[in-house]
Amino acid sequence: MSLFQIQGLTHYFGGLRAVHNFNVTLEGGELMGLIGPNGAGKTTVFNLVCGVYRPTQGDIRLNGTSLPGRYPHQVSSLGIARTFQNIRLWAEMTVLENLNVAQHCHLGYGLADLFIKTKTFRQREGEIYRVSREMLEVLELKDVAHEVPKNLPYGIQRRVEIGRALTMKPKLLLLDEPAAGLNSAEVVGLMRLIQWIQEEFHLTVWLIEHQMKVVMNICTWIQVLDFGATIAEGTPDDIRQNKRVIDAYLGEEVH
Amino acid sequence: MKQYTLAVATLVFLVLTTGATAFGLLDAYYQLVLMFIGVNIILSASLNLINGYMGEFSCGHAGFMAVGAYVSSVLSVWLFTRDGKLGAALLSPELAVYLFPAILLAGTVAAALAGLLVAIPSFRTRGDYLAIITLAVNYIVKSIIENTEAVGGARGFMGMKKVVDAMTEVADLPWMMIWVMIGTVFTLLVIRRFVSSTYGKGIVAIRDDEIAAELMSVNTRRLKMVAFMLSSGLAGLAGGLFAHILGYINPGSFTIMKSTECLVMVYLGGMGSLSGSVLSAVGFTLLLELLRPLELIKWVVVPFMLILLMLFRPEGLMGSRELSDLFPRLRAYHRTGRE
Repeated sequence: MSLFQIQGLTHYFGGLRAVHNFNVTLEGGELMGLIGPNGAGKTTVFNLVCGVYRPTQGDIRLNGTSLPGRYPHQVSSLGIARTFQNIRLWAEMTVLENLNVAQHCHLGYGLADLFIKTKTFRQREGEIYRVSREMLEVLELKDVAHEVPKNLPYGIQRRVEIGRALTMKPKLLLLDEPAAGLNSAEVVGLMRLIQWIQEEFHLTVWLIEHQMKVVMNICTWIQVLDFGATIAEGTPDDIRQNKRVIDAYLGEEVH
Repeated sequence: MKQYTLAVATLVFLVLTTGATAFGLLDAYYQLVLMFIGVNIILSASLNLINGYMGEFSCGHAGFMAVGAYVSSVLSVWLFTRDGKLGAALLSPELAVYLFPAILLAGTVAAALAGLLVAIPSFRTRGDYLAIITLAVNYIVKSIIENTEAVGGARGFMGMKKVVDAMTEVADLPWMMIWVMIGTVFTLLVIRRFVSSTYGKGIVAIRDDEIAAELMSVNTRRLKMVAFMLSSGLAGLAGGLFAHILGYINPGSFTIMKSTECLVMVYLGGMGSLSGSVLSAVGFTLLLELLRPLELIKWVVVPFMLILLMLFRPEGLMGSRELSDLFPRLRAYHRTGRE
């Protein structure tokens, strides 16, 4: 059985068809790219997967569990984590707390445990702090653990956001334009980071990106969206030469 | 050992004040002020949970206070005294001493349930719209009480003095002072424990970015429900204590005016700062007492000070910091949630 599958996903915003008959299958372990012009419906697909909107039609399955109709927190607890196009860290909490709170799906204690301070509570809280610290360590963010995100440079915030998603121990990681707003040195670092975390955490990564350098270099399979419909899919080489993709999105000069 | 210093200091303070009260060293007026400080600490700390930590704007806190005040008062009068409407005492008045915590708890639970009136709409609305709902709830509670003849309607409800007297007959101690202090410490412990846990920090995540919280596996509905019920429940506890301190309550004590006082204390102390709430409750109560000679002019002076505060220090006394952030040395004396 494949890890993740979308079948016939269609979504309307009022009369506007944002996504039309979208299909994708991820076997597990891929690094999949989703590209397309602005307004093609890429982020809408992510939002549909995460449960922000309920799809008009179609099915989304993770490990055979159907997702449409579930609340976003339920979807994320099932193993889908994501980052955002415009970073959405909790600005007033420290980096460490940001990573802690994302582990709400692994909380493992209830209100009674909290107020009585049971053994379960102490153990689980200790474990949550340990996971966050380890994550900060591997992402080289230890020095900023007690900073609040709003005081950090953009590139570091991106890394914190990826770290926050990883502490949820997801099976599928959705990255929405991870390279947006980064300088070219940071982009190279980010590409390495994505490839590294994918191997290190045995993740399946699905990313939306506008910077062709990123998509063409790290993705193993790419899907191109235009006006809500898939116009092409294939390996980076296929996509580069595809006539429809060049017309709709890439333009002549990219080769 | 150091981490227990705060607990020991609190205990010593409690024993000293109770002792001073018991031996008549503290005159009745100071006792009253001290008890009102306790009640106000509970009110401001519990409202801070919503307005400070969770970032919603609740302006109907007095409504929940009223629920707690009336439920616990009616219960204690009904159970322990002979009342014109409610009939003879059901239980022997001596039992009041032992059952009083249960009565306060009943008021707390009732107020927490009333909190659902705000919690459930909060799933779909927020910000200004939710603020209007909290206002409406305040009015609903007040109007229901005003129109319920069984609890005295607009004339108010009394008889709690007799219950407190019954406690004093069993053991000659300043009972209300003791209960207020226990209630205050309990409230602060509960709130601190909640907001310093990963569970409770979920409400701060809701304040900072609700959609991100929801997408990062935080069950925002459950957390809102917990936060609103906790906050309104504790307001109910404050109400129960308030009613038994005064021995008389009427719907006029729980109007939007009272809610505004709670708001002032939260904003004066700093949103999201528990020690700020405590400091401002102490300061605000004392200030009101000091300005008492001014009589009505007090209500011009106090709001004017609020205007000055908003102009020159909008983040309140403490901002979102705690005392232990300002004086890091204090951190050794008690454990905060920051590990």
